[in-house]
Amino acid sequence: MNVSAGPVSTATNTPIIQIRGLALSFEQGGQRTDVLRNLDLDVGRGEFVAIVGSSGVGKSTLLRVLMGLAKPTSGQVTFGNDPKAERQLAFVFQDARLLPWRRVLANVAFGLEKTAADPLERKQRAQKALNLVGLGDMANRWPHQLSGGQRQRVALARALAVEPAILLMDEPFSALDVTTRENLQDELVRIWSATGKTILFVTHDIDEAVYLADRVVALGGKPGEVKSTRLIDRPRPRLRGSLALAELAQAIKADLTAQLTKGDDWVI
Amino acid sequence: MPKSPTLLAAIGLAAFLLLWEAVPHLGLISATLLPPPSVIPAAFLREFRSGMWIDMVWLSLNHYVIGFVWGAGLGAILGVVTGMYLQIEYLLAWLVRLLRPIPNLAWAPFAIIWFGVDQTAAVFIISIGVFWIVFFAAHGAIRSVDRDLIEVADAFGFRSGRERLTKVLLPAATPGILIGLRTALGQAWMAVVAAELSGVSGLGSRMMQASSLLATDLVVVYMLTMAFLYGVMDVGFMSLQSRLLRWKP
Repeated sequence: MNVSAGPVSTATNTPIIQIRGLALSFEQGGQRTDVLRNLDLDVGRGEFVAIVGSSGVGKSTLLRVLMGLAKPTSGQVTFGNDPKAERQLAFVFQDARLLPWRRVLANVAFGLEKTAADPLERKQRAQKALNLVGLGDMANRWPHQLSGGQRQRVALARALAVEPAILLMDEPFSALDVTTRENLQDELVRIWSATGKTILFVTHDIDEAVYLADRVVALGGKPGEVKSTRLIDRPRPRLRGSLALAELAQAIKADLTAQLTKGDDWVI
Repeated sequence: MPKSPTLLAAIGLAAFLLLWEAVPHLGLISATLLPPPSVIPAAFLREFRSGMWIDMVWLSLNHYVIGFVWGAGLGAILGVVTGMYLQIEYLLAWLVRLLRPIPNLAWAPFAIIWFGVDQTAAVFIISIGVFWIVFFAAHGAIRSVDRDLIEVADAFGFRSGRERLTKVLLPAATPGILIGLRTALGQAWMAVVAAELSGVSGLGSRMMQASSLLATDLVVVYMLTMAFLYGVMDVGFMSLQSRLLRWKP
């Protein structure tokens, strides 16, 4: 079992995200806190990669670095070019973070106001994205009139509307009830297969990670580093709670709890 | 006891008017010191027919509106700017501390020296009062905008000050700014009377004239006039506010 925790290479094509030697620390009151260290990660084009780990391990920080919302202390991030994509990245937050003063359609069109000049085009594309997440008839609602699951769908539509090459998702379903969460997970896989986006999905729920992703990267320790990378080589549609997935989840849990000897370098 | 709020409100008002009417009639207080409500309509008609009422209302409304627009405009702009940029807030911190506690009426001598006994002096005094209320409301409203929403703007590439302002800060701060504007709407009427006491013609100066002639009925006419004008404005403002904030649950 510990063999499969070793280096795995999945990049069948040139990676769209290439992270090398990434480290991040911040100083507070003269005290240095390391959040991430020595992080290498390649994400292939169209790949669905999940990052798991307990809270405070730097999963969200990693996404924020990719987004340019936080600056790494060292290391570098390289993005592959995607001439088709209007924006390189789009972000889905843990809480939907819709703008309460905009109706649903205007919320979905938010990012387009940066990239598409024509208001009519924005409206049409926002409606298309809204249809994609199954809320086509909610365009005129206010955010407070939606359920938690619907709000998160709108947030997903807002991210998809700008036609990003990469979708960064930060525990997007963790605040939802089980049924809604499972619905949205299936919906996400459907949208992913239909659009061919690259998805980097952060979660603390290992079962969710193995159900969704092509590959699961386990972050652990303080500062956070890669403990293991595992291919989830199971055909889709996957069966929730199947033995194969449960075994994989178990193995990842073991990876996270195992003490790694110092000096171990995981190359992914 | 009836339950209808409108009916209860009417009963309360009627009881008050009755009591007011009764006190001078029973000789508890002389009618000169407290004119009963029954004499007010006649006093109003006299004042209205002389054309004085319209003139005074027109003058005061002018002071009010111009002073309000200047004070609210500058207050909102500076409040937003200091709310957005910490350096500017620090730069102005002591200036604010020094000027803020000075009552707007204390500016009256300077207003008269600078502008003369003139409309501008009244406008100046009114705008100072409005300025501080709106300034602090706007500053606080911008400061308390949810950081998470600003991050959303960041994440979608709206990173310049102007983009942040129009996409997130201003809409999110609107409820707080409106509260300040509404408070200022009432405060500005007090400032109108105070400013016009310095001699600039308007409701305030007319009230002072009337009071020095012991025409107390006329004083009451102008008190009610101000209450009425404020009421109309507040209702108008509320309907504007509910349109601007129709997204609120």
